[in-house]
Formats: sequence, C-alpha cells, structure tokens
Amino acid sequence: MLGLNSRDFKLLMIVIFMTLAAPILLNPFPVDSALGESFNAGYPALMQRFVIFGLLAVGFNILFGLTGYLSFGHAAFLGVGSYAAVWMFKLLSYNIVPAMLASVIVAALFAVVIGYVCLRRSGIYFSILTLAFAQMSYALAYSVLSPITNGETGLQVYSDDPQVLMRAGDPIVPHLFGLEMNSSVTWNVGGWQFVFQNGYYLSAICMIIGFYISIRIFRSPFGLMLRAIKSNQTRMSYTGMNTKPYMLAAFVISGMYAGVAGGLMSAMDPLTGAERMFWTASGEIVVMAILGGVGTLIGPVLGAGIIKYLENIISKINSDILHNWFAFMPDWMDNLLVNILYPFVGKGWHLTLGVLFMVVVIFLPGGLVQGGQKLGALFSRKSKSSNSDATTAGTANTNTPAE
Amino acid sequence: MDSFILQILNGLDKGSAYALIALGLTLIFGTLGVVNFAHGALFMIGAFCAVTMQRILGLSRTVVDETQTDFLGNPLQMQVPYVQDWFGPVAGAAIQDWAVPLAIFLTIPVMLLVGWGMERGLIKHFYKRPHADQILVTFGLAIVIGEIIKAFYGANPIQTPMPSAFVGTVDLGRYLGLGEGAVAYPTWRLVYFFFSAAIIAAVFAFLQFTTFGMVVRAGMADRETVGMLGIDIDKRFTFMFGLAASVAGLAGMMYAPILSPHYNIGMDFLVLSFVVVVVGGMGSLPGAVLAGFLLGITQSFFSNPAFKGYFVELLRLEGTFAGTVITGLDQIIIYLVAIIILLTRPRGLLGRKGVMED
Amino acid sequence: MGILEVKGVNKRFGGLQALGDVNLSVAENTVHAIIGPNGAGKSTLLNVLVGKLIPDSGSVMFDGQSVLGRKPHEINQMGISRVFQTPEIFADLSVMENVMIPCFARRDGAFRMHAIGSVRNEGDIIGQAEAILADVNMLAKRDMLASALSRGDKRRLEMAMCLVQEPKLLLLDEPTAGMARADTNNTIDLLKEIKEKRNITMCIIEHDMHVVFSLAERITVLAQGTPLVEETPENIKGHPKVREAYLGEAQV
Repeated sequence: MLGLNSRDFKLLMIVIFMTLAAPILLNPFPVDSALGESFNAGYPALMQRFVIFGLLAVGFNILFGLTGYLSFGHAAFLGVGSYAAVWMFKLLSYNIVPAMLASVIVAALFAVVIGYVCLRRSGIYFSILTLAFAQMSYALAYSVLSPITNGETGLQVYSDDPQVLMRAGDPIVPHLFGLEMNSSVTWNVGGWQFVFQNGYYLSAICMIIGFYISIRIFRSPFGLMLRAIKSNQTRMSYTGMNTKPYMLAAFVISGMYAGVAGGLMSAMDPLTGAERMFWTASGEIVVMAILGGVGTLIGPVLGAGIIKYLENIISKINSDILHNWFAFMPDWMDNLLVNILYPFVGKGWHLTLGVLFMVVVIFLPGGLVQGGQKLGALFSRKSKSSNSDATTAGTANTNTPAE
Repeated sequence: MDSFILQILNGLDKGSAYALIALGLTLIFGTLGVVNFAHGALFMIGAFCAVTMQRILGLSRTVVDETQTDFLGNPLQMQVPYVQDWFGPVAGAAIQDWAVPLAIFLTIPVMLLVGWGMERGLIKHFYKRPHADQILVTFGLAIVIGEIIKAFYGANPIQTPMPSAFVGTVDLGRYLGLGEGAVAYPTWRLVYFFFSAAIIAAVFAFLQFTTFGMVVRAGMADRETVGMLGIDIDKRFTFMFGLAASVAGLAGMMYAPILSPHYNIGMDFLVLSFVVVVVGGMGSLPGAVLAGFLLGITQSFFSNPAFKGYFVELLRLEGTFAGTVITGLDQIIIYLVAIIILLTRPRGLLGRKGVMED
Repeated sequence: MGILEVKGVNKRFGGLQALGDVNLSVAENTVHAIIGPNGAGKSTLLNVLVGKLIPDSGSVMFDGQSVLGRKPHEINQMGISRVFQTPEIFADLSVMENVMIPCFARRDGAFRMHAIGSVRNEGDIIGQAEAILADVNMLAKRDMLASALSRGDKRRLEMAMCLVQEPKLLLLDEPTAGMARADTNNTIDLLKEIKEKRNITMCIIEHDMHVVFSLAERITVLAQGTPLVEETPENIKGHPKVREAYLGEAQV
C-alpha cells in the first residue's frame, strides 16, 4: 500500500491514528480532576509542539540516522524557516501557503550553503562546523541583521506592514484560505473535554506527510546509499559512488524538514525570535532523536513526544506538589526527597534534560526503540526474525544471530 | 598607530582565554582521543571557583556596636568577616581584596578533582565509543554542570571584583615609547595576559622537558605505539585530563573579573574555542595557541567602533543596511575567518596530515 | 600497448623517495603481480593508481585515458576496482545490500537522486546481485549482516562487489594477508576461477610467493621505489637481481 511493505504501512497507519486521535487519547482524565490537571496533554499548544518537534526530529534523523553525520546546528534551519514565514505574513498576507513555501525554500537554500561548507569535513569537524554556523546564525539574527530579524524584540507582524495580498475581511491571524489556525471545536463529554484545533491538525498532517516521505527515503536506493556512506565511506568511493552529492542531498532534505517545522511554528504563533536558533535548541533536537532511537523510523517521533511531554509535566511541578506527593511519609523523609527532587523540576527542567541526555547515551545508545526490541527479543527468542527490518534501517539485523 | 596597538592588546586577553581552553581541548583530544564538549563547563567552574572564594572570604559574623546607631536609631549591626578576626583588620581586608588570585588554592584542587571524577567516572568508558557518542555525552554533561551552577548561584551574572591594586589602566604608551597616555590598557587584562602566557609556557615546558611529557607527545603522534610501550597509560590519561581541566579552570578563574560569570559562559567560550582548535589545526598545540591569539585579536579589531566607522566610511555605506551589517561584524568575524581558513586550508593553520583525520 | 601504462612516475614524501621513475605496463587479460620487500613502494603505487595519491611527475594511462587528478570514484567508474588488504565492506548492511550498491553504481553512475522508489522494486538490480552471490557461493547468506561473516567470506563478498561492476582491471592489495593456508588456497582458487570465467585483467600486490607463482603471468619486482625487473614467473626465480633484493630474505 502506498508503495510501502506491510509492516511500514502498519506503522504509518498507527502514526496517523495516534496523531489524528491525539486530542482524545491525550486527555484520559476528566478536565477538572487532579490527575487531569497534571497529566492531560491533549490541549492544542502542547500537541502542536509534539507534532512540530516530531517533524523536526524525523528530518534530523534522515541526516544523523542514515548517514551518521551529527549536526549540532539544526536549529538554525528552524529559525530561518520561522523568520521566512513571518516575513511572508508581513509582506503578503496571513495566508500560510506562501509562508510555508517560503520557509522551505529559504531553509533549503540556507542548507545548501551551510552543507557545502560543512560537508568538506566529516566526523567531529562536521559537528563543530555546524555548531559554529548555528551560533553564527544566532549572532546574526540576534544583533547583526536586526533590520531583518528585529533583533532582541523578535519578529512579528505590525498593523502598518504592507500585507499586499490582504483583502478586507481576511482573518488577522494565520489562516489557510480563511481557515483560522487558532480556532477550534470543543467537545464536552461528561467531565471530559476534547479540543480539536485547526492549527494542530494542519501540523499533524504535515508531520504525517513528512513521516511518510521519510519511510520512502529510508527504503529507497538513496536511503541505502546513505546507510552505505555511514557504514564505509572508503568502500563507497571505491565503488564508484560520489559521496558528496549524496551527503549534501541528505543535509538539504533534513534542513527542509526543519524549515517546514519553523514555518509551522510561525503559523501557529506569528512571532519568532533568535532564541529558536540557540545551541540549546539544536541540542534538544539531538536528544529527541537519540532518546527515541537514531536510525529507526518511529524513534524520533517518539523521542520528540516524550521530551515535550516531560517538559510540560516537569516544568509544572513545584515544591507544593512535591510535598503533596510525599505527604504520607514522615516529615524528615518528605523534606529530604523534596530537597533532592526540587532542582530537577519546575525551572530545573533543563537539568532533567541534561541528565536524561547522559543516561540515554550511556546506557541506551540505541534509544528506546532498540531497547524495546532487545526486550522483545528476550521474550520471543523462538520466533525467527529474518525479516525484522521493519522499523529499523540498519540496526534490526544485528539481532539476527550469526549462524 | 596607537589605536592599532591598542586593538592588538585588546585582543590579547580574549585571545589568551581562547588559547588556554583550546590548549586543554587539544591535549585531551590528542592524547585521549576524546572530543570534550564539556570543556567550556570546566572554564565556567573555574570562574565560579573565584566567585566561591570571594564568598568564602566574605563569610562574616554579626557584631552589634552599642556605641553607634543606624538611621533608625537602633544599635548598629556590623558584619565582621572571619578573615579579619583571624588575621586582623588590615591583613584580613587585603586577603579579601585578593580573593580572585587567591582562588587558585581552591581552583586547582577543585579542577583536579572534577577532572579526575570526569575521566574516571565517565570519559573512561567512552574511549572506544564513536566520536558522536563522546560529543553527545559530554554535551549532556555540559548542560548538567551549567544547570547545577544555575541552581546554586542563580542565572544572573555575578560581579567578581579584581584586587583594587589592579583597578584602572596601565599607561603602556610610555613604556612603548609612544608618548604619555597614548595607549591606556586595563591593568587586569595585562595581568591576565601574563598569567596565561605563564601557564602556556609551563604546559609546553612540561611536555618538552619531562619524561611524562615525552610520552604524552608520542601518544599524540601515534596512540598505538604508546600503548605498546607497556606504559601505564590509564593513570597518565587521568592526569592529562586533570591537567587540561586545571588549565581551563585557571583560565576561567582569572577571567571572572573581566566577564561576570554566569551559568552560560561555558558554552559561549566552548564554541569559539572549538573554532580556534579547528582553525589552529586539530591536534596541534602550537596551532591552538596561535589561532587563539589570532582570532582574539581579529575579533578585537572588528569590535572597535573607530575601525568599523572607517570601513563604513571607506565604502560609503553610512546608514545603509550593509553599513549596519559591518557594524555588527565583530559578532561573527571569528566564524567567517574560520570558514575561509577551512575552505582554503582544510587541516587548519598548523595541522599535520594524518593527525585525527576522521 | 597495455591496458594500464605507468610512465616515469615519481612521488616524494618529505625527504623520502617513495616512487622513483616507475614504469609499468599491464597487458590486457593477464595477471600481473607486483612484488618487493617492505617499503618498496608497492602500496604507494597502488594508491597512485586508484587516485588516492597524486604523483609529483609522470603519467598513468588506463584504457587510453589519464587517471591522474581524478577522484577515486571517477577512476572506479572508468573500470578499475580495488580489493583491500583487510576487506572493505559495508559492515552494517546485509550481504545482499552490499552487492546491490555496486550494481546501482554501475547502472546509475556516481550519483543519482533515487529517493522515492523502493529498493524492493529494483528487479534488475536484485537479479544481478543474486546472480553474483550465487557465483561466489554466498546466496544462502544473503540476509546476514556483513560484519557477522567469517574473514574468508568477507573477502569473497568484497570480491563479488568488485566483480559485479565488471571492471576492466581488478587491483588486489595483498588479498591473502593474514590468512590461514586453507583460506589462502581458497582465495587462489577463487581468483583462478574468476580469471577463467571472466577474463579480467588483474594486478596483484602480494607478499606470499605461493600466491604470486600460482597466479601471475608477469611479475614486476619493486625495490626502493624503482622497478628492478619485469619478467615471467619462471625467469624471476633465478634472476640474480631479484635474489639480491628480495628472495634472499624470503622463503620460496
């Protein structure tokens, strides 16, 4: 189906189902209950982040997962995409179609230039170069190019902007031919409340399309070449393959994904700033991919969801909530635990993120997907896994015992 | 001419900091083969050692002086630092004044300890892992260290005054024969430069004249040979890491008065130091030092308003967009230089063929 | 006129003359061995032939075209394939995928953006890959990960990857280095079989005289970066110059 084998197709269907039904699935608790307040995640702003970062991670995975080139500057493309979209809002109109197109095109051009320079080196040099480029883009956006980026204030749409394509009666928020991104339908069932927002569904559809394209790329000859480059560049060139254009193509595709993600962010909220390009943002993309499992199809989406969900929950926790949790314990133990945990929650989310980062790299180099596969393999030793190459590209076959 | 010399001098302190961090990065990379993205965090820890020393020396008890009253009419409460109790008011105040240089007694043990802990506890397990894993795990560590610092010291920059003897400027113009007041250079920056030069010289002397240093240099040239010599390489690696950490820490400690430390300076300096290492040539110690000073001075030139104004005027760009861009060039000049050098000399200025090529 | 003509090639590394005025002519459809003591410049010569090194002077013509200044992948596309001392294969890919990549390289050239179609639908590529695997008796291992293969099988796989491109010249860099006697003999048989079946010109760099004398039709002896002599195997054995430079220290 759709040019996919049955396992890939099943995976795609699961992803489609999960994203489309997310407003329901992520709201398992009644809206007013204590659990609902802490753990419900089915509200539009958060779900948008799930899918937009999912898209970003899927794109990053095409580069890092397939070729093994670790880019530490992916946030630059995200930022460039966001700026391009907001400029389209300012110059043309709030319609997101030209905005999204501009995001992709500008990000792609940007990726061609950066990729051309960075891909002259490999390994750590490449990582350092991409990091340097991203920091340079950040500096450019933050101060040097303030006439374009509006510097520290951030770029937004003002009422005196030209907006030449704007007609009377058009919405004054980002819209898709009149369909406003921030409008939503709310569905109340008993104590439960489900919100279906246009913006979320647009992002979700973009993510699904991006995910589908990434499956096709993984299974294509192009994907095979990228994996071959990761495996052995020497043999690749002695096989008559020019690795440069393959790498550049992967880099640009990956940058375009980030551009779309940036455009979507602006479409959800037409305001952008340089901090989207900061190195921490690039680092976050890397964590998402490695947490889920680099080189696997579903891993990055999973990683993005988990990170954003944890961020949301953990940033909300404060010391009162912690005390509530441990209220059943003796006071000294309660205080001790709260004191230990407090630096990790609330504003300390980045500490948790850093620790998570290290734990995953140290103990789970293959990410959650591979961890799951190992567990699965433990339980089903008997079943022959000859065709196990469904969710993973290069890794699944390692489980096949050498006979 | 005078402003030219001043620009070179202005680049020296930043250049020294880059050179010191890049030196440590190169040592670790060359001997241990590890890419340490947490090296900037070590610089930051050093800077916070200075802050901590200042706070330790500032610890005080409250004394109520019944003979005086404050503006509300209550007995005056005075803070008397413990150091003044122990060493008398004059010597105590002097010790407090010299907190930053004295922090060396805190920085070196702390950095050795941190370096030892990092190498034994974490880096050791990553010698055989791919470079990407090393980058990732040290990157995570850099975030963790930054956040821990933030949890203890807050997110705002902390002013860390230098000893009052070094406040103000030195009239270098007189020494250089350029006339009085021609080149006024901040004293502390001069101190920083000489301090860094001393450390760099010490590191080079150590590598050049000790047996240990010889092994290290051999190891940087060819890791396998050293492994075959049957030398207990593990202990030396740990020591190397501690040494590199101390160099970064001292660089940070002395930099604290120039740039009020905050939890993010580590990463700011790290990215630039990596650029320095790449420009200098990965694995080349002289390259790291040379590139450090070169880029520091370049940056200083481009941040001089007069210099930029001259450029803008020369190209008749006043008030135009390009004019604005040139004015902000100091923010990105290092990256531009790095890109140009890498495009023309892929191995960097002093990089040798075959050293850490992949 | 041979298929490969090396004329007056010089290469210096600092003060070391790695290759000094090397002339070499490999005739079509022969097996030509290059032997010589360690440090004689054999590997340097090979790296010049595949474009990894550029000589200071001299010319290297292959099939009427110069290879100098071309990148390794361009030289491969001209029809020169290389087998490495330690097999260079795609260790993280399956055996089948390993041989499919050279099939793609042969059909699509050095680069083709082929990002949407599935590898599964490339019938002709799969056919070619299976045929060559059958040829080297590895079809049963097609789904194994290449890194899990035995050393001998890795060598076979690398050979298959080179052969499927139907090169005009196959360069072999010590193909039996570090192998046990039995494996060495297998490799010799494999190479003989390839020679008979496919009539490929081969250029072998080898230490093992047993291999050289079992396969080679012409032998060039290299010493200190310069060819001493080029002869048939029969004449090489008794050659005084060779004895002096080389055979005196090796057991024949």
